[in-house]
Parts: sequence; C-alpha cells; structure tokens
Amino acid sequence: MTATDTTAADTTAADSTPPTKPAATTQVYRVYIQATPRQVWDAITQPEWNARYGYPGHSEYDLRPGGAYRGIADADMLAMGLPELLVDGEVLEADPPRRLVQTWRFNWSPEIIAEGYTRVTWETAEEIGGITRLTVTHELEGAPLTAEQVGGSAPMVEGGGGWAMILSGLKTLLETGKDLGIHDA
Amino acid sequence: MVTYHHPMTDDDRVFKALADPTRRFLLDRLFERDGRTLTELESVLDMTRFGVMKHLRVLEEANLIVTRRSGREKLHFLNPVPIRLIHDRWIDKFTERRIAALTDLKRELEDRS
Repeated sequence: MTATDTTAADTTAADSTPPTKPAATTQVYRVYIQATPRQVWDAITQPEWNARYGYPGHSEYDLRPGGAYRGIADADMLAMGLPELLVDGEVLEADPPRRLVQTWRFNWSPEIIAEGYTRVTWETAEEIGGITRLTVTHELEGAPLTAEQVGGSAPMVEGGGGWAMILSGLKTLLETGKDLGIHDA
Repeated sequence: MVTYHHPMTDDDRVFKALADPTRRFLLDRLFERDGRTLTELESVLDMTRFGVMKHLRVLEEANLIVTRRSGREKLHFLNPVPIRLIHDRWIDKFTERRIAALTDLKRELEDRS
C-alpha cells in the first residue's frame, strides 16, 4: 500500500441504498440502450423526455456553445423548499447526437453551491444490433460534496440515487416506455 | 480481436462477474478509490498481472468497470449502473409483492374482526 491509498479512507462506506459510489475526482458511468443515438440524445436534452426519468422536474438545454442548461424543480420539490433552478450550467459543446459537454452545478445547499461548476460529458456510440452505448463522465475536481450526491452515496430521501439511478431510468424509459423515477419509489 | 457482448441483454454476465471473490475484491478497491491503473490494482492482489487482467476483462464485459485512457495510462472506473438496473428491474418487483402481501394480510385480518 502506498501513502496515496489512504486518501480513500475519509470516504465512509455508504449505507444499504444500492448501488453507491464514494467521492472521487472523476466518475464514469456507462449504459447500453436498445435505441438509436438520436433517441438517446433527445431523451437527454428534450424536456418532454427528460422529465420522465431520474429526479422529479425536467431539464432545458440551449444546445449551442455558451447556451444555458437549466434543471428545473417540480412543484413537490419547490414545496420542500428547494430552488426552482435546482441545477444550472452552460453548454460547452453540442455535437448531436454524439457528444454533449456542459458545466453542472447542483444548487442544493450553500456548501454544495460553493463548490462551483463541475463538468459533465455525455457521449453516445452506435453499436451493432441497434444498440447505443451511452457514457457519462462527470469531472468533480474540488467538489467532494457534489461527488457524493451524484455518486448516489446519500440516502434516496436526501436526493441519493445519483447518475446510476438516472441512467437506469433513461434506459427503462427508452426500452419499455415506462417512467422510472425516484418519484415512483 | 474484439467480441461485442451486450451487457444489456445479459444480467447473467453481471451475476457471473460478481460470483467471484477476487472480482468483488477488485470492485471494492475501486469503490474506495476510482480511476486506478492495472499496476495499482495488481499491487493489492497476490496474483500475476495476467490473472488480474483476466478478472478485469470479465468485469469490463459485464459493464461493471469502464476503462478510460489518460495519457499513456488506462484507468479503471467502477460503473454501478448494471447493479442499479438489476435493482430497478428485480428488487423493486419483490418489494412490491411484499407490500402487496402485507396489504392483503391486513385486509384479511381486518375482515375477520
């Protein structure tokens, strides 16, 4: 064991909420979806699709460099005292349906907001058999609290679930037409 | 030679990958700290480099790890999505049934009284 191996010790193991990831500088998620890259792209970027999986609310993208990204809370979340603009950021790169790069800030608590903007890259690749491989890379340098949230380490009721929950819901929606969000839990 | 296995069609691959203690150990190490190189992962196991590579390949085919190049290095990241998919597809079903069973039991007991 080298000295650097002990740096993980401050990330306490998560509770029983499956599956979870501890804080890390970069997180990489991958899912294979029976859909075209265009369908996957639309499910990520179009509000009528992205409202149907993941956390309650929807996302709006102005798909050009410098365009706004807005993650909007729904009525239940507003009632919980959360801000309407729950996640915000900027589109850095939009190459439909292959690649979307954006900044991402979770306006959940003053501490998390203070960590500032992180960077999310969405990449689709067409595979044989009508399957699209979606890879989400979240660069979380200097944002350990954000990392904990998106890694799903926090319990569901506190917003846990993270990218794994979101991407599982995205796949389920595209393959079965069923909504599978935290709101169904 | 690259053979494409699509994890989406095959939960068996995930269960098979998880059925081995060495592979679970590797996932635990990545859970502690993500983005490790083969050399780092090799150092925590009493096993040949080839042996570790074989286990990593099984994990990658099950989509439980994703590799990414960073300069000359290949980094290994834990990917929890396949486990989440199993959770969402299967565990929730069992939970629903359990809740349904409890509801039925409650109704039955109440009807009796």
